[in-house]
Amino acid sequence: MNSSTNIKYRIGKSSGMQILTTILAFSIVIPLILILLFILKSGIQHINWQFLTNVYKPAGEPNPGIAHALLGTLLIVVLASVVSIPIGIMCGVYLSENKKSKLAYWSSLCVDVLQGVPSIVVGIVIFAWMHQRFGYFALSGSFALGIMMLPIIIRSTEETLKLLPDSLKEAGFALGMPFHRVILKVIIPCGFSGILSGIMLSIARVSGETAPLLFTAGVSHYLSSNVFKGPMQSLPLLIYDYYSLPSSETDPNSFINQAWGASVILLVFVLLLNISTKLITRKWKVQL
Amino acid sequence: MPEVIQMEEQAEYQGVATIKSLSPAKRLQRSYRHIRVEGAFKVMLVGMGIFMVVLVFGILLTLIIGSSQSIKTFGLSFLWGKNWDAVNDVYGARPFLVGTLLTSFLALFISIPFSIAVAIFLGEYFPKGWVSEMLKNTIELIAAVPSVIYGLWGFLVLVPLVRAIEIKLGIQPQQGWGIFTASLILAVMIIPYAASLGRSVIQMVPSALKEAAYALGATRWEVIRSVIIPYTKSGLFAGILLSLGRALGETMAVTMLIGNSNDLPKNIFSTGNTMASAIALFFGEANDLRRSSLIELGLVLFLITLVINMLGKRVIKRFTN
Amino acid sequence: MESTIVKSVDYNAYFGDNHVVKNVNIEIPKNHVIAVMGPSGCGKTTFLRGINRMHELIPNAKATGKILLNNEDVMQMHPIFVRLKIGMVFQRPNPFPNLSIYDNVIAGYKLNGIKLPKDKKDQIVEESLTKVALWKEVKDSLTKKGSFLSGGQQQRLCIARAVAMAPEVLLFDEPTSALDPISTSTVEELFHELKKNYTLIIVTHNMQQAARVSDRTAFFYVGELVEYDDTKKMFTNPKDIRTQNYITGRFS
Repeated sequence: MNSSTNIKYRIGKSSGMQILTTILAFSIVIPLILILLFILKSGIQHINWQFLTNVYKPAGEPNPGIAHALLGTLLIVVLASVVSIPIGIMCGVYLSENKKSKLAYWSSLCVDVLQGVPSIVVGIVIFAWMHQRFGYFALSGSFALGIMMLPIIIRSTEETLKLLPDSLKEAGFALGMPFHRVILKVIIPCGFSGILSGIMLSIARVSGETAPLLFTAGVSHYLSSNVFKGPMQSLPLLIYDYYSLPSSETDPNSFINQAWGASVILLVFVLLLNISTKLITRKWKVQL
Repeated sequence: MPEVIQMEEQAEYQGVATIKSLSPAKRLQRSYRHIRVEGAFKVMLVGMGIFMVVLVFGILLTLIIGSSQSIKTFGLSFLWGKNWDAVNDVYGARPFLVGTLLTSFLALFISIPFSIAVAIFLGEYFPKGWVSEMLKNTIELIAAVPSVIYGLWGFLVLVPLVRAIEIKLGIQPQQGWGIFTASLILAVMIIPYAASLGRSVIQMVPSALKEAAYALGATRWEVIRSVIIPYTKSGLFAGILLSLGRALGETMAVTMLIGNSNDLPKNIFSTGNTMASAIALFFGEANDLRRSSLIELGLVLFLITLVINMLGKRVIKRFTN
Repeated sequence: MESTIVKSVDYNAYFGDNHVVKNVNIEIPKNHVIAVMGPSGCGKTTFLRGINRMHELIPNAKATGKILLNNEDVMQMHPIFVRLKIGMVFQRPNPFPNLSIYDNVIAGYKLNGIKLPKDKKDQIVEESLTKVALWKEVKDSLTKKGSFLSGGQQQRLCIARAVAMAPEVLLFDEPTSALDPISTSTVEELFHELKKNYTLIIVTHNMQQAARVSDRTAFFYVGELVEYDDTKKMFTNPKDIRTQNYITGRFS
């Protein structure tokens, strides 16, 4: 008798814990949903054509917009990608091809270190390298974001290429292909989906980065396409900037409302990039 | 019949001839170019390896050089100096150090039950199926939301909420922002890191071990508690370390919610600053010794996250081997 | 009549300190099928990979001695030239998974950046696939990915890929060990056809295969070339006691 109640208690405890675990696990979805709903609710009403095509206007003036920040984010992120994608892929190739060399060990360690460097630290380092001589300029922001992208691209490339069988490389070499063509024409195309997903995730990641841009690309209220000179606004920095500017509660175009609108755009962009990464890479995966 | 075979043979021979006649000189030339490019390519790859090392050491060196003025002026007392005093140009990192550790560990403390629950749920209860796939993807999205958006949301939603709670409970200073608020949002932000690593280590538990426990009549929970958790202990710990590393360096959301005070925080509801938020707030307008001190904060932050992350990676490596 | 195409002189191969191929001297006549057999770990595959300089792709690997191809030492040539003249087919079929069947056949041109007019490409693809008896099976699905084919078809595709480069020698590293018996016999039949145009060196684990397909057989044991003779002679009247033991199944 006693043992059967004991067993019942144990089974009850087991299913109780399962329910508790499930509740805890799913409860963390709640803040995400709250954030998404709240931001969509407060932001989407402020988005219209003028909001996307106009630029900063002082408080109280009609029809302000965020075009300068949209253009800035686009330019800064594109340049960051241009810098970091080739370096990242090649470094990933190097690490996957040289597993045993001493340099590869140190290099890999440094990638680990870089992955953990706080984004604000990257910001002040790039500031120290560039600001003294050139002041604020968008390209320095791209460098900062590029440094943040590197470890993600390198690791995804390395992990993808390590999974490819050696027989693929041998097939290439046996046809008289030189090393660089084996890498560029066989290995990278076969691992393309993994590399692409790393690239897309890294872009999604840095598109929302604010801290590295604070002291590099800077804050600006003007539309600018000159990446070599002068500050350039970006979406995350606009949100941070507008949140700290005084806002009147009655003004539908108040800065805080513009920040909501900009948040919706940034959020939708980043989330879409994350989701499409999943879909695209699944579709392009090479069947080995 | 033999004629047919002969014709086929001939055709085959011609085939070889066509292939071989493809301008051999051109082929040779191309091959020589390939050899040259191949050499350059290999050098370039090694260059990439060197570049990463140079980059990281460059970052470290820049931080050290940038903070040399502050190191010379304050020495080690910088670390426990009690005041961050811009008026008298005396800088001590203690308020920020305490602020950073308080927010990070509080956030970690809040997030652990959730991230472990997710790890167990996805790793053991429902490793497959669309429900877990959905949950997994949703958690990845949590990591994808930009920090500044967490900050903005926290500022407009969480701060009034915390203020109401503080007023109800009679906790001073009743502002709504402070270390507790920052930790709450930080806890959400860092869950994905510990959860995803935890999930993968739990999935690595050999089923033979679990079956052995089931065979002895253990319930599912008992298997989790007495087989899975002990087996994956170090892996779960590594995940928590990675989360901690994230929390320490997180800047924007914390800056927007922590209340930005340079005083030593008295309790978890006090306002304060972390090292990262202090840099974000003051660096733009700082000069000379103040800037140097802020760079030294960056150096300290860099070194702390470095140690935490390396420790985490080391533990994972040991676990997977 | 019999002219030598490949000749090794005091060839030695190592993995680090491990001496895996010991002082091999062998002459391989043109347009013959040579089987290289021996128990696993005897260095036969390493020797084969030494002929087209694939051996050195493995870290720590090194080799000494000479391998002469038409009296030219391949050890002194750049590996790219060697491999253009000596094709290779591997144990497991390894078509390029990102390329179509068509592109797999002309992969040696396409991936090396050699531009060909369309009609010439078509010609090469058809000829090569015909030679490996695959043309009829795949001519309607040339644009499909190579990995959709069955194992035996994939292996023949890989042979076609090597043949398309018009090499002088073809190396086969246990080409049928991953295939089912029917595919194996299809590939074995190919060897008789292919030797009209090429010299074939086939490493095999399988004695019956060596006896079935080869004109000459080399027997490797613990890194040494023990015996090299006409296949018929070797299987009926082996000179060395170790060969005899191997053939009669004392060890494997």
